[in-house]
Amino acid sequence: MRFAHRHLLGIEHLSQSDITAILDLAEKYVDLNRQSAKHSDVLSGLTQINMFFENSTRTQASFELAGKRLGADVMNMAMQASSIKKGETLIDTAMTLNAMHPDLLVVRHPHSGAVDLLAQKVNCAVLNAGDGRHEHPTQALLDALTIRRAKGRLHRLNIAICGDVAHSRVARSNLILLGKMENRIRLIGPPTLVPGQFAEFGAEIYDDMNEGLKDVDVVMMLRLQKERMDGGFIPSEREYYHRYGLNAEKLALAKPDAIVMHPGPMNRGVEIDGTLADDINRSVIQEQVEMGVAVRMAAMELLARNLTEVA
Amino acid sequence: MSTLVFTNARLIDPETGTDSPGWLQVVDGRITALGEGEAPASDTQIDCGGHCLAPGIVDIGVKVCEPGERHKESYKSAGLAAAAGGVTTIVTRPDTLPAVDTPETLEFATRRAQADAPVNVLPMAALTKGRDGREMTEIGFLQDAGAVAFTDCDHVVVNTKVFSRALTYAKSCGALVIAHPQEPVLSAGAAATSGKFAALRGLPAVSPMAERMGLDRDIALLEMTGAAYHADQITTARALPALERAKRNGLDITAGTSIHHLTLNELDVADYRTFFKVKPPLRSEDDRQAVIEAVRTGLIDTISSMHTPQDEESKRLPFEEAASGAVALETLLPAALRLYHAGQLDLPTLFRAMALNPAKRLGLQSGRLATGAPADLVLFDPDVPFVLDRFALKSKSQNTPFDGQRMQGKVTATYVAGQEVYRRG
Repeated sequence: MRFAHRHLLGIEHLSQSDITAILDLAEKYVDLNRQSAKHSDVLSGLTQINMFFENSTRTQASFELAGKRLGADVMNMAMQASSIKKGETLIDTAMTLNAMHPDLLVVRHPHSGAVDLLAQKVNCAVLNAGDGRHEHPTQALLDALTIRRAKGRLHRLNIAICGDVAHSRVARSNLILLGKMENRIRLIGPPTLVPGQFAEFGAEIYDDMNEGLKDVDVVMMLRLQKERMDGGFIPSEREYYHRYGLNAEKLALAKPDAIVMHPGPMNRGVEIDGTLADDINRSVIQEQVEMGVAVRMAAMELLARNLTEVA
Repeated sequence: MSTLVFTNARLIDPETGTDSPGWLQVVDGRITALGEGEAPASDTQIDCGGHCLAPGIVDIGVKVCEPGERHKESYKSAGLAAAAGGVTTIVTRPDTLPAVDTPETLEFATRRAQADAPVNVLPMAALTKGRDGREMTEIGFLQDAGAVAFTDCDHVVVNTKVFSRALTYAKSCGALVIAHPQEPVLSAGAAATSGKFAALRGLPAVSPMAERMGLDRDIALLEMTGAAYHADQITTARALPALERAKRNGLDITAGTSIHHLTLNELDVADYRTFFKVKPPLRSEDDRQAVIEAVRTGLIDTISSMHTPQDEESKRLPFEEAASGAVALETLLPAALRLYHAGQLDLPTLFRAMALNPAKRLGLQSGRLATGAPADLVLFDPDVPFVLDRFALKSKSQNTPFDGQRMQGKVTATYVAGQEVYRRG
């Protein structure tokens, strides 16, 4: 199988078969990760740099673990604390990096498109770990893998994405991926957080959660991105929870075997009821984290195969 | 007294709306006669080879980066770019560092322009000090020093009281105020126009409605004050009915648009190409078509380059952080000719918007092929195809969205007061 991409910048650039290839390979790594000896050496000798221009614990840890399990030399650079404070531009950073000869570069940046810009200037494979409100491809891939394992398929499902769609790169990547895999997608939230133009992506929009959750197979909750809100999008957290927070009562409107997902970190009692989040019969939130490592291992392996072909 | 005659020309006159073969005679920098058939005898003859001879472009809203950022554009480089683009009069913006908001800075800029620029340079001055919308500038002194209009450029005067007083005062001086119609709070932080494209790219966006809201406010203030007003750029369909009503009600209002909003749309931004970041942001195709139609009917009076030089450093950034604006003095005419080749606007209509109307709005005699008018002329071949290379531009900054694009139509020569200031090599 040939993965014809130099970088993983977004789901937008992937085909159905690209997506399936990543997920199939990730399945192998799920098995590996569950053994006591978790080491592979497919990235042996390669250097992976994680560059996070925006705070992250979970995604960075997941990428770091993925790289280490594949035998790469992993280095973390916390960019929000360093050179950009000293006025270095993104392009200069790219030039500096090129001189260090990394093979895989994992980047998160607060501005949409910044990872694309960096990818144009560096000599290595770039993985987008989230850029502004644009894309977060590995999150969508790990969500897809979680759904496929829980539901036995990744097509013809009714999937509800609920909450702060406007500020969410997770929502965009999921919307694109799940659309490409031919699912029906509903976006649920107040119109301030789910703007009408998302209907043009082929999604159905609901501002009534009870209406929107009817008969869905998957309920994907989004985090209320308090740090991205520059004005009053909702009147208060308690009203938001009342109208758009997921609890057992609202979930009962979905299919009886519907699963509950959340990209984390959760605001318990704001977008999701704490007990529900912990309900192992419905919630696959822990599984999502597990799939995250496997999917990132798969994505990095596929990109690394192309590196050796070029060399 | 030396006479100059252009023969074998295709004369484009926006005033009479004609596009016809003929000759044109120039004596002492002014047009003295024109007609069909046999050309009169003269000291110098220029055979136009059947190419178009039109009034030179009068471009309202050109940014020359003196004082302050001469590395981006000087009067010399802007003047050469203008001449190469068939622009014979540049009307400069005051959004320099510092802003042109005192007679002293205006005199500095004028002196630099006179020394270095081969085309006519008419300066505009800021409407408020530092363009920060708090206190009006010395409009009277600035007029005496040569300011032809007053504008805070892309800064909206948020304080309505300040703006209404400035309009009232400007009216008493007979000064033209040029404003950027935009609801400032709604549009704050926006890098794109809201819609599917901005949603897909995850860019902070502004509703096109913000332009109409800004225009509506300004129109209400015009009703109050009776001032002479020009909207720098109308770029959306939704603002057009408001403009139409204001004109019908007899207000002293005109409006312009930019060449980029006429020839590009939001999708051209593609993968975050920052050379396509302009202010206001590029609009939808429906808006673009509506604005072209408004230029055709004359509802929108003028087309500007909105020439805005930016260096590589300020453009090679993530889209949200990158500077806005594009250079366009040299690409204005070829880009406008796209509308001609597409059959949407004829040449007299284009030159009405690029030469006649801006000249009229500023009280200039140019912009026409008429006896007595200054011989500011552009000779161009509308059909010659080429691929634009941004590094061949004469501007010091090369931030053009048309790099690598196929264009059609090139300037052969440009004349200011009958003197050749550019000839294509």
